[in-house]
Amino acid sequence: MLLIHCPYCEEDRSELEFRWAGEAHIARPENIAAITDEEFAEYFFLRNNEKGLTYERWRHIHGCGRFFNAARDTVSDRFLMTYKAGLPKQPIPTAEETAAIAEEKTVETWEATEGDAR
Amino acid sequence: MADLGTATRALPLAGFHGGSSTVRLEAAPPAERISLRVRAEDVAALSGALGVDLPVKPKTSASANRRTALWLGPDEWLVIDESGTGVGNGLMQAAQNSGALHSAADVSHRNTAILVSGTGAAKAINAGCPQDLSLKEFPVGACSRTIFGKVEIVLLRTAEDAFRVEVWRSFSDYAFGLLSEGARDAAVKV
Amino acid sequence: MSASARDLGAFRIKDAGRHTPARTARFTFDGKTYTAMEGDTVASALLAHGVHLVGRSFKYHRPRGILSAGPEEPNALLDVSRDAGRRQPNVRATVQEVFDGVRIASQNRWPSLKHDVGAFNDLLSPFFAAGFYYKTFMWPKEAWHKLYEPFIRRAAGLGEAPKEEDPDHYTSRYAHCDVLIAGAGVAGLTAALSAAATGVSVFLVDEQPEVGGALHFDAGTTIDGQNGYEWAQAAVARLKAMPNVTVLTRTTVFGYYNHGFLGLVERVTDHLARPGRDLPRERLWQVRAKRVVLATGSIERHMVFANNDRPGIMLASAARTFLNHHGVAVGRQVGVYTAHDSAYEAAFDLKRAGVSIAAIVDCRSHPGDAVLAEARALGIDVLTGHSVINTSGRLRVSSMTVARNGGSNARKIAVDALIVSAGWTPSVHLFSQSRGKLRFDEQNQRFLPDIYAQDCVSVGACNGTDDLSDLIDEAIAAGGGTLALTGENSFEWTGGMIGAAEGAGPDTVVKAFVDFQHDVTAKDIRLAVREGMHSIEHIKRFTTNGMASDQGKLSNMHGLAIAAEMLGRPIPKVGLTTFRAPYTPVTYGTLVGHSRGDLFDPARKTPMHALEAAEGAEFEDVGNWKRAWYFPKRGEDMHAAVNRECRTVRDVAGVFDASTLGKIEVVGPDAAQFLNLLYTNAWDTLKPGKCRYGIMTREDGFVYDDGVVGRLAEDRFHVTTTTGGAPRVLHHMEDYLQTEFPHLKVWLTSTTEQWAVIAVQGPKAREIIQPFVEGIDISNEAFPHMSVAECTVMGVPSRLFRMSFTGELGFEVNVPADYGPAVWKAIWERAESMGACLYGTETMHVLRAEKGYIIVGQDTDGTVTPDDAALGWAVSKKKTDYVGIRGLKRPDLVRDGRKQLVGLLTKSPDVVLEEGGQIVADPNQPKPMTMLGHVTSAYWSENCGRSIALALVAGGRSLVGKTLYVPLKDQTIEVEVTDMVFFDKEGGRIHG
Repeated sequence: MLLIHCPYCEEDRSELEFRWAGEAHIARPENIAAITDEEFAEYFFLRNNEKGLTYERWRHIHGCGRFFNAARDTVSDRFLMTYKAGLPKQPIPTAEETAAIAEEKTVETWEATEGDAR
Repeated sequence: MADLGTATRALPLAGFHGGSSTVRLEAAPPAERISLRVRAEDVAALSGALGVDLPVKPKTSASANRRTALWLGPDEWLVIDESGTGVGNGLMQAAQNSGALHSAADVSHRNTAILVSGTGAAKAINAGCPQDLSLKEFPVGACSRTIFGKVEIVLLRTAEDAFRVEVWRSFSDYAFGLLSEGARDAAVKV
Repeated sequence: MSASARDLGAFRIKDAGRHTPARTARFTFDGKTYTAMEGDTVASALLAHGVHLVGRSFKYHRPRGILSAGPEEPNALLDVSRDAGRRQPNVRATVQEVFDGVRIASQNRWPSLKHDVGAFNDLLSPFFAAGFYYKTFMWPKEAWHKLYEPFIRRAAGLGEAPKEEDPDHYTSRYAHCDVLIAGAGVAGLTAALSAAATGVSVFLVDEQPEVGGALHFDAGTTIDGQNGYEWAQAAVARLKAMPNVTVLTRTTVFGYYNHGFLGLVERVTDHLARPGRDLPRERLWQVRAKRVVLATGSIERHMVFANNDRPGIMLASAARTFLNHHGVAVGRQVGVYTAHDSAYEAAFDLKRAGVSIAAIVDCRSHPGDAVLAEARALGIDVLTGHSVINTSGRLRVSSMTVARNGGSNARKIAVDALIVSAGWTPSVHLFSQSRGKLRFDEQNQRFLPDIYAQDCVSVGACNGTDDLSDLIDEAIAAGGGTLALTGENSFEWTGGMIGAAEGAGPDTVVKAFVDFQHDVTAKDIRLAVREGMHSIEHIKRFTTNGMASDQGKLSNMHGLAIAAEMLGRPIPKVGLTTFRAPYTPVTYGTLVGHSRGDLFDPARKTPMHALEAAEGAEFEDVGNWKRAWYFPKRGEDMHAAVNRECRTVRDVAGVFDASTLGKIEVVGPDAAQFLNLLYTNAWDTLKPGKCRYGIMTREDGFVYDDGVVGRLAEDRFHVTTTTGGAPRVLHHMEDYLQTEFPHLKVWLTSTTEQWAVIAVQGPKAREIIQPFVEGIDISNEAFPHMSVAECTVMGVPSRLFRMSFTGELGFEVNVPADYGPAVWKAIWERAESMGACLYGTETMHVLRAEKGYIIVGQDTDGTVTPDDAALGWAVSKKKTDYVGIRGLKRPDLVRDGRKQLVGLLTKSPDVVLEEGGQIVADPNQPKPMTMLGHVTSAYWSENCGRSIALALVAGGRSLVGKTLYVPLKDQTIEVEVTDMVFFDKEGGRIHG
């Protein structure tokens, strides 16, 4: 079960309190009544469904109730970050940054532990 | 017009009591409640009008004059007044008097509350609540909307070993039932 | 209870083992009574009495015994019962502790364990080779139902599932900790001591009744100068005394999931003779750990050779556990077949305990010098470079056939038990579940943790750390603290062999078992490769190797090695199958936990539920709600009750509980603008004090929900939704408000449960409620249809709606929920005295259908536009934006010939159509017929004196007056297409 950082509650909470809400950063067209069928299809029906890093929306429905955005690796299920709704798409962490996150937070190898201990 | 009398109030958990050797469960007395929505710039005005400071830090609550304001979201509070016994809602009126932009909805009857106390209280709640209820992570005064088994609750820690569980009325007998199970298990000696 | 040494079993060794002789328990096995010592497992207790034969195998029904002394046991699966209601099949004899009165039975045999008819399968084994299922059950198709499926069902599974309801209860609990340590052997205990000293919160979890892990059998280890097992007990006592440490024994970490989430099952009562009623049988722990230390040890492998499955053949470490922990000798004349030094230690311990060792047969030419010297000193024969190539003995091994490697010099040696070891497999299951990646340790022929995916560390044997000092250092470091601890032992974990041993080669006609539980032999795996399976995943599924409930704890490595050898590829290239949760089987009871009976799902009841029940209401489930369905009077069936209710509402009036309808309070200066965006209708034109029926579409233009919305003030709306739609409509609204229209000053609050809603409908509705309402004039002129007002009802601040879902003069009285019962009672008393009735959802459905009012989700299905549902009038033509405005213009949504909602009248008025019935133009056309649509609602209408129906029909509105057909299995029903209003077509009654 995932552990999700709510950017409003500023805390990690169990997935049980959340609901997934689809791909993030798909803005409803301002002039929606005037767009073409193709544009509507692009907006409403078509999703990237990428493997790996994805931007998605979650709602802390059984918590603060807020929608927010998350960058998640769908292969490892690791959340790279979560941020408030309305903020622009946050830059993808570089490979080094990701590695740094991994080193610091997520992966603790025996070698690393041993190294610390000695 | 014929005098057809005044309606009497029937609490959803009237007559419910239970618990175990380490957990006491009781239905809370009736209270006035509002669901309050306020933008950041109007928090001070509403705090003044209600006589209790609306907390702005997540997972915290504030109490004054038998009124408790629970932070539920960045613009959302549950305000509970335990002194209110009349049929009207004084909180609604107080919010109205603030003159500031807000939304208040009377939820006095939507919610009911279960008081959970005793050394096993946290364990009993953890039978269905996935939050860390250690004093470090969930100190006295901490509050949160969360999940309890298959229903949503608002949890408030009122003392080291006491909690108030706010729950929608039609979910209250489920919540009481699950708390009873949790209370029984919390009394099991490890 | 006391028992003489003799009662405790002829194979008890005096002064051996750790149990207290004075504490005994009696149990039965297949009806015969035995005495055990407290602390015995069923396995050790049976072995104490010389019982090795405990079951029959899955496929061939071969006699089977006890192979291990732990949770990896594939063979000794038994039926365990406490009483009539408490019986569990497939319990591992090596895990189940004996308690006084427990009844144990063998499985998978008939008529008896010793004479099993199913053993005939063993003779037919050529037919049951690998892939047998796939090859045999292909054709003919008809044979599936009559032959194959019954056969598979009979053959599948070992035990018999209990049929009674489980009388025990199960609990679950969420918990959090800084460090969770799985396994409490030397490594786990050391890590726990280290971590606990730093003050962090620690969970130490072990599946056995006592901590110690390998120290249960490994008598040669000393820690801090103390006997290893005793040190472990002292260490755990210290840990239990610390407030930051939770020690859970008899608890299995069965799953390691995302983000430090672990599933644990604690077996609370399965070892107790008389558990208290408040004790759960098992407790599920759902633990979120910041860090995990895996100290899961390793599992000994068996040797793969001909007829290696006879009762009496077991792992060397198991024999050592039975001796050193339980004080039981597994035989009097024990043979040893090994590829690893550790079996020597077992032989030495047995020899020292007075058991005769027939010979140590070692397939290696050069075992360690130290063990050879020790064997010589103890007078044990060692045959190096030799193998056991066969065994004999029908119900228990009676001899081993030994030959020099290569096959020469074969001879039989009499034994009554044969202990084996092919070496040790690190237990990397949980590491693998955590999505860690393994690497193959070429030198020691084992998979070890390599790349971690979570905040986790492996220590000790499961990490391939063999030396005790290294292990202790590693565990201290993993715990994050410092600790001074020294340990000594001679135990060697590396080495051994994987794959088939001598005598299990391709030419053999006998069986060398790799997977005991699924009866998979070395031959089966070779066959799979010959038949084209080149991936270990395919081989696994073709042979079912490792797919039994033991998940191949003993067999995976052997199967992999045999496959690799056949394929001529190195092991890492062949790959390893994925380890999945659960590590060991978990009962349904544990997974279900509290969610049974009343707690299975919340049953939502309205404030008036009890009063309705007292009036004899039958209830129906609508989502989680219990809604009053109809109110039968004495002697009435549902049909009669509904007909009476329908008539009475239209003739007099009816009282209905509408509390479950969703309610959302929409408040703020931009409330009307927000509703304009969320509904197809216009709301800025609605004046305070008025209501309007609204349609909500999704962005694709399809109807999502509907309901009446009342405007209480410029900045306050009372929105109603369908009963089932309330949560998703609020979610949908919040989504748009928070993410698309966050500039709007408006807020949403669910008030569904704030209000008890009492609907009073019918010509006398006003007269009924009039005396209760204070503060407003509810005359037709002052309070016409679609009005709303705040008022006082019986002294309580209330909201009164003039609205109707019946087509009658109607009101909905909203009172704060706690007052609902009192107000309901008063209104009903008065209504009843005036000849009105109570009515339920069924009558509500009929009455609304008589008026052609739709129910979203019944008459619509997610592909219906407002216009399809004849609600085009509710779609604003003036608004420039609302959710659905663009979707509604899509070519497919505006084309001719879409399915439209229409009325249907059967030609025979007495015939009621079936909802879901398909509609065709020509019932004589060839099949498959062209379907024009389907019946969405169909009822007997007492008020119309005939049946009525609503249907979605392609081009429906252009077909009014035409005849269509509903073909059913045994008849074809002729219908006429009509408009949707069947009663009071002029609609005058609603304004009464």
